Amino acid sequence: MNPITNTDYVTILPELVLAAFGLIVMLVEPFVTKGGSRKPLGYLACLGALASLAATWYQAGSPYTQGFFKMVLVDHFSVFFHVVIALVLFVALLGSLDYVERQHIRAGEFYALMLFGAVGMDLMSSATELVLIFIALEISSISTYILAGMRRRVAISAEASLKYFLLGSFATGFFLYGVSLMFGATGTTSILAIGPQLHAGGFNPLVFAAVALMFVGLGFKIASAPFHVWTPDVYEGAPAPVVAFMSTAPKAAAFAVLLRVLFAAWTPGWFWPVWISAALSMTLGNIGALRQTNIKRMLAYSSIAHAGYLLVAFAASKAADTAGISAAIFYTAAYAAMNVGAFLVISHLAGEGERFVAIDDYAGLSRRQPAVAASLALLLLSLIGIPATGGFFAKFYVFSAALQANLVGLTILGLINSGIAAYYYLRVIVVMYMREHPAEHEHGHGAERITIPEGVALTLSVLATLYLGIMPNRVLQLAIEAAKDLLR
Amino acid sequence: MMHTVLFIIFAVVCVAAAINLLAQRHPINSALSLIVVMGSLALLYLLLGAEFVAAVQIIIYAGAIMVLFVFTIMLLNAGEEELSKSSRVAIVFGVPAVAVIVAALAYILSRGAGTAALGDFIGGPKEIGRLLFRDFLLPFEVTSVLILIAIMGAVVLARREER
Repeated sequence: MNPITNTDYVTILPELVLAAFGLIVMLVEPFVTKGGSRKPLGYLACLGALASLAATWYQAGSPYTQGFFKMVLVDHFSVFFHVVIALVLFVALLGSLDYVERQHIRAGEFYALMLFGAVGMDLMSSATELVLIFIALEISSISTYILAGMRRRVAISAEASLKYFLLGSFATGFFLYGVSLMFGATGTTSILAIGPQLHAGGFNPLVFAAVALMFVGLGFKIASAPFHVWTPDVYEGAPAPVVAFMSTAPKAAAFAVLLRVLFAAWTPGWFWPVWISAALSMTLGNIGALRQTNIKRMLAYSSIAHAGYLLVAFAASKAADTAGISAAIFYTAAYAAMNVGAFLVISHLAGEGERFVAIDDYAGLSRRQPAVAASLALLLLSLIGIPATGGFFAKFYVFSAALQANLVGLTILGLINSGIAAYYYLRVIVVMYMREHPAEHEHGHGAERITIPEGVALTLSVLATLYLGIMPNRVLQLAIEAAKDLLR
Repeated sequence: MMHTVLFIIFAVVCVAAAINLLAQRHPINSALSLIVVMGSLALLYLLLGAEFVAAVQIIIYAGAIMVLFVFTIMLLNAGEEELSKSSRVAIVFGVPAVAVIVAALAYILSRGAGTAALGDFIGGPKEIGRLLFRDFLLPFEVTSVLILIAIMGAVVLARREER
């Protein structure tokens, strides 16, 4: 008798599809003629991303299904994150088609690693078992460590990969230690079983240590202070489309895990660590970004700050109240939309060997490439949180949830930080629109037009940002559904 | 009584070997300390009554994985490591932070451990087999993706760049 039924396979359908496409890309790669274009592999990978989106769509028909002996749970929550991850993957793949050729990166492995990484991220958002979460987290992390080092001709890429790997393994150790203490305290590693155990068992100090250690491990993955030091160096060294991917998709997945661990099991003792980390991330991220002259480093610090805003939503979450959790879920989607776009512009303009990544290289961009400059300007305005962009509603929901939860101090700190952040985002816009490029004709930088895949990817990201900024209700509704399923 | 004495002996050996692993400057010495750590862990499992886990610990960790470690160290011909000057930040913040975390964990573990029930799980081959190939089938299978990625990573990052 076979205890595994078709329903079980449906619960991991998007992951199966992605893994299958990853394998196909690997197998097709040797058949591409030597020296020929590797773009077909990229299109194949894009197809894989879309197929996983379709598989998620199919899953959405029967939400709240458990599979594989309660290892995975398909609910509105997992479906929401699967969609975000699949879309980010699709856009990042489109954006890397030309980049990979330009930088002479081994294309087959590059696309396969992106797909396999997404397998891990998808599993992270649907797993309800800490052991499976750990393995999925490792899949997602290890593939990003490798992707960060794929610019083999550049030393800082190897540096980024090694730094990310060493610090990341250290952080994973913390997470695993937390999991083992949680097992010691409750006798189970299933998130859905931990909650009832905790409420039946009464006060157990071991649980506090477990939660704190798991928060350290996940805090590293979401780049929240004080576990953020790796971010600028890794983002600077890693290939730009990879940063577009890894600053959004694995982060969304890590936030999903954090939401599940903290709120589905309703573990105690998370409030102050989250509060402190939120306050530190917002402040250190924004202050760090002020001094940067390299746009990748600047956006790295900005991503730390955004992790801080997101943690404010965590701190604002209360039992049986979905405002904070749904704000956090909405923020992940909005942040993914705008940040992927911003890094795609960087990857388009970076040139061979990523020579043009200083903010000054963006001088006069509005004249050379008006559409690209306008898109970047819009995405940066969204990162500030200007109305009519996704970033505005993301921040709005977070801070209104925080006020409802009486977190006045954290809200004020967040608003001050948003003000500081406006300065460095606007500086890039000013450079693009107000300043002339001094040596525009000498090295011909910025003359190359945006290619069709890059253009499509950028358009998608801009449209998503605008959609979330003008008609946020539909996505917010989905986020609330997801939060309800999470607390069920 | 006997049980506690044995536990303390092997626990002390384990921790001492782990510290020695970090303190040694030659990789081979560190690797040999790691064998001691793995071996004493196996004995601790044995004390808990998990014979199968103890045997697996010896065969896989102290055996197979350590051979790979030693093999790699030999292949790379790794010499004695040079100590870099320790940074002031590490001493000013790191040492107190480690002390605080160790103290907090020790306090918590001494107060709140040993209440969870494991049911009738004893750790025999039959139970582990059932867990691995039934309840934990998905994590078990997903590990293959993890290994595949690791292999690809080694190939990608170690291959010589042409041109």
